[in-house]
Formats: sequence, structure tokens, C-alpha cells
Amino acid sequence: MDNLLLMLAPLFSSKLLLVLFFGTLFGLILGVLPGLGPTTGGALILPFTMTLDPLSAIVLLTSIYCAGTYGGAITAVLINTPGTPAAAATCLDGYPLAQKGEAGRALGMATVSSTVGGIFSVVILVFFAPILAQLAYEFGQPEYFALAIFGLTMLASIGEGSPIKNLIAGSFGILISTVGKDFMTSIDRFTFGINELTEGIGFIPVVVGLFAMSEMLTQSTLINQVFNRIALKAIKLPSKDDYKKTWKTILRSSGIGSFIGVLPAEGGTVASLIGYSEAKRFSKNPEEFGKGSIEGIAGAEAANNAATGGAMVPTLALGIPGSATTAVILTGLIIHGVRPGPDLFREQPDFLYGIFGAMLIANILFFIFGFFGAKIFARITLVPNKILWPMIFAVSVCGTYSLNQSIIDVWIMLFFGVLGFFMRRYGFSVVPVIIGLILGELVEGTLRQSLVIFDGNWLMFFTRPIALTFFILSLIALAFPLLRSRKFKKKL
Amino acid sequence: MKNVQNQKRANKSLPFFFRDEFRVSLLIILISVALLITTFTFDIVPPILNRGIQPATFPKALLILIIAMTLLICYLATKNPWKVEKKLPRSFFLTLFSFVIFIIVSKTLDFFLAISALSIFVSYCWGEKRLFYLLLVGIIFPIIVFIFFETILGLRFPPGIITNIYYS
Repeated sequence: MDNLLLMLAPLFSSKLLLVLFFGTLFGLILGVLPGLGPTTGGALILPFTMTLDPLSAIVLLTSIYCAGTYGGAITAVLINTPGTPAAAATCLDGYPLAQKGEAGRALGMATVSSTVGGIFSVVILVFFAPILAQLAYEFGQPEYFALAIFGLTMLASIGEGSPIKNLIAGSFGILISTVGKDFMTSIDRFTFGINELTEGIGFIPVVVGLFAMSEMLTQSTLINQVFNRIALKAIKLPSKDDYKKTWKTILRSSGIGSFIGVLPAEGGTVASLIGYSEAKRFSKNPEEFGKGSIEGIAGAEAANNAATGGAMVPTLALGIPGSATTAVILTGLIIHGVRPGPDLFREQPDFLYGIFGAMLIANILFFIFGFFGAKIFARITLVPNKILWPMIFAVSVCGTYSLNQSIIDVWIMLFFGVLGFFMRRYGFSVVPVIIGLILGELVEGTLRQSLVIFDGNWLMFFTRPIALTFFILSLIALAFPLLRSRKFKKKL
Repeated sequence: MKNVQNQKRANKSLPFFFRDEFRVSLLIILISVALLITTFTFDIVPPILNRGIQPATFPKALLILIIAMTLLICYLATKNPWKVEKKLPRSFFLTLFSFVIFIIVSKTLDFFLAISALSIFVSYCWGEKRLFYLLLVGIIFPIIVFIFFETILGLRFPPGIITNIYYS
């Protein structure tokens, strides 16, 4: 009961309500604009959060996360281009339905299913995060090491694209985290005599570079692309018939999304694809999928928004991000001096339940904004890239510079922009780099401390039941894509 | 689907050494080897102070892992070639060039000027010819961002021709 009251706290604070309002609005705009999204937006706004107290800062970031994930659906339905990668599956049926003159119906279903998925996942977050945090009390250094390895292998296994390429990208992310002074011995590593690198490579330049700048380069290759925009008259709430058709799909996808979200992977993107394919599998009319099926939209949208709450579970309970955007939120927590993990649940429940409450309100807010403002948000996509991206560049450069007031950070951002472009071009996802970078210190630190505990005996890892379980799960995660491809070949 | 298969076929028709998968793998391996060599120059902690492993051991292991996995994707690519990517357009290289110009101008002349120059250049290269919009992205918007960061975050931008005038 006390916790429930703590969750309602944001409702009674005008400052938090204002932050939520702004965050949701900003998140929607970011979600609508193809190429941007909650990850880039969160990274860009991170320096501004320094002027806020920790709770307001994290509320701002989480509301951007929730609203941005939904916002992608607007562009997916109206211009057949996902505003965020998580909305890719929404294009498959959203756009064909809009082409039939039912854009309002498609967006109505996307809005309702996103809201239901989002709220469902917050409920999961409220119940499961404390349980997971309680379990984490049993974790020592070896267990955290095994957990981080499990996280990285899961990312490779169920993330987008080739598992081996994902593993390379993840390892590269960890390698970046080793740049600078070694935290145990203060010995310089990969600094090449550059003083600025002794502090290591910051998270913000890498994120902004890999997401915003690489996208700018991608957009530079698409300047002649013409979008077929479909006019939106008004968004329509789903009919009784639509609800009857989709309620099971929405609930199933909400469950799938929350579960996928908890696993450290690409959260919403993978969740929406699985949610969509499961909706098709269980549908009475699978032949309608791809031609404007209302169930397809519900399946994808409920799943991607459900992944938001799910991804927050390991982020808050263990300090292991469940997606790229939660990695940004995790950075926000660390910048504000909040250490995620089991102690957070014991020492700062008001802070934590404030976040849960804010996520719940953000889901309701984006429903209202989406329902009444989708037409206006859709117009944002009319801003031409030749005007939009130079502006994003200015904000990215200033945002990156502002955190440490270092011009080197700006150059690092540009370097990662170019690198990110070529990585994406050749099929390497950039998300594992981000997760690897944020987990890098944890992986190395826990490994080295474990070896001190074990007196250098590596085999001792396997004498710890929890660590051993995570290692076995990691092996299964690595074998999963192989088994999946063999099964697929057999089917063919 | 058919398109992708055609692209893959086209890629397979090239000798392996000219394919993207080989060039990309080679580049990753070369960089990794160079970094691996660098790890041998890291200071070594005396045994009495050393707790756990040497500072170079972890990066070394990571780099060996990256090299091994790159060799694996290279091997797999011989059986299942990557699709051929389209040639990059001129606008891409101009945008890339603008990054270089940005670095040079921000280092030698002025940070704000560098943002302005890049914005106008990119916008123009991407097809914007209207003067008002070029001024909007190149001057008006950067000024708004500059003032916003300056007042809200109390940020002090690096010294340069324009910023010095502003601060003085």
C-alpha cells in the first residue's frame, strides 16, 4: 500500500508532472522522426538533466523512452518508415491499412495496444524488479561476472542480425571501456599519449556518434528518397469488433514484450518482431497479415511498448541494461550518483516507485497526446532532412561538448559516427557496442576481483551454483541461433 | 528477397579478395593486431602489487576473441556471401568531408563558426538552395542552441574568433 502511494507521488508534484509532460512530448517527436528515437534523444538530453534533481532526471528519460517507442508507430503507419527500429513490424500492416483509407483506425489500434502493453509492463516491473533485486543479494563478484557474460551472449543470440557480428560488436564495446587508466592499477591503456583519454571514452560521445551521427551519414545517402505520405483525417478508437479480434493478441504480445524486455537484448525491436509473428501464428486469419491486419498492428505495438517496462527490470534491479535506451537511463542514474542494484530498493524506495509511477503516467499521457495530436505529430515528418539534420548536428555537438566541456569528446563522437555508419552498412548492429561499453567495467572488474577471491583459479567459477547456471545459460544462448538455423533449414 | 539473392550472387561472382566480407574482415583483423601489439607496451605491475591479472591481459583476451570471431565470419562468408552494398553517393562523401572541415575549423578558428559552416554546407549539399533556410540552419538555429546551452547549463564554449567577441 505504501509503495502504491509512492508510485502516485509524481501526480502530486507539479515539477514532476511538468517534466513528464515535456518528456512525453519530446519523446513523441523523437519517435516520429525517422532516424532519431528514444536512445539518441535520451543521450542528447542527458546533459540537460544535470540541472534537475535525480528523480526528475530519470523521470524525464523514462518518459522519453515510453513515448518515443510509441511515436515510431505514427511514421510507420503514415509513411511506411518506422520512426524507431521497434516500429519496423508495425509498417507491415499499418501502412497497407492506411493505404486502404483506414489510417485513423490503424493508428487508433497502435495507440491503444501500445498503451496497454506499456501499462502491463509497468505492472511487471513493479512486481518483478523487487524480486530480482532480492535475488541479487545472493550475488557476489563471480555471479555478476557470469550474469554480464550471459547478458552479452543473449544480446548476440536474440539481437538483430548475425550473432557472431553481434559478439564482435559487443567485444568491441567492452574494449572501448578499457581505454584510459586501469581502475585497479592506474596503468594507462590505449591512451596513445593523449591526456584526455586517460579518463576513458565517455558514454555520451559514443552513443550520440553511433546513433545520431551515423544516422546523419545514412540520411546523406537517401536525400533523393521520396516518401509516400498518407493523409490522416482523425485517429479512431478501435471498434468493439476490433477489440474482440485483438484483445488476446494484445495480452499475449504484452507478455512476450515484457519477457523479451527483461532479457538484455535489443528490447523493443526484437519484442515487436516476435509479438508480430506470434500474432500471425495464433490468428484465425493469418492470410490477412501483411495486407493490413489489425491484429498485426496490435501484436507488434503491444510488444514493443511492453518491452520498455521489461527492460527497466534488470536495469534497476541489477544495473544491467535491457536495451540501448535503458543503457542511457543507466548512465543517467550513475551521473546523478544513484547506483542501481538491490540496495536501491532498500534505501531509496521513494525514488524507485516514483520512477514506476512516472512510467505509468507516461503511458497514459502518450495515449492522450497520441489520440489528440497524432495529426500534428505526423506533420513533423514533413520537415525536410536537409533542414532537420544540420540542426540535429548542432544540438549533438553542443550536447556532447557540454558534459565534460571537451572538444576531444566531439571528435570522438564524429569518429564513432563514421564507424557506426560503416558498421551498419556491413551488418554489424551498433546496440551491442553500447551495451558492451556500459557492461565493460562490470565484466572486467568482477572478473579480476573474482580471480583475487579465487586466488587465480579459474575453475572456481564453476563451483558457484548461480554463476554456473549463468554460464550454462550463456552456452545455450550461443547454441540457440545454430539450432534455430538448422531447424529452419530442415523446414525448408 | 529475389533482389537480395541476386545481390548475393553478384557478390559471389567476384574473387574473394575483392569482396566486402574479405575487406571488412581484413580491416578488423589489422586494427585488432595493431591494438594487440600495443597491449605489449602497457606497463607491467610487479607481482607484489598485482591483484588478479595484469592490466594488459583482459584487452589482449578481448582482441584475440575479436580476431577469432572475425576469422569465423570470414570463413562463413565464403559459403554465404554478404549482399553487395550500393555505391555511396556524392552527398555522403561531402557530408563526411564536412566532418573533417568541422574538426579543422573548430580547432583553428572557432567552435561556433565550425557548427555554422557545417550546417550551411551540409544543408546546401543536400539540396537546400533557399537563402532563408540556409541562414536558419546555419546561423539562427546555432545561435539559439548556443544561448540555450550557455544560459541553461552555464556552458563555456572553447575560445575562438566569434566566441571571444561574445565573451568579451
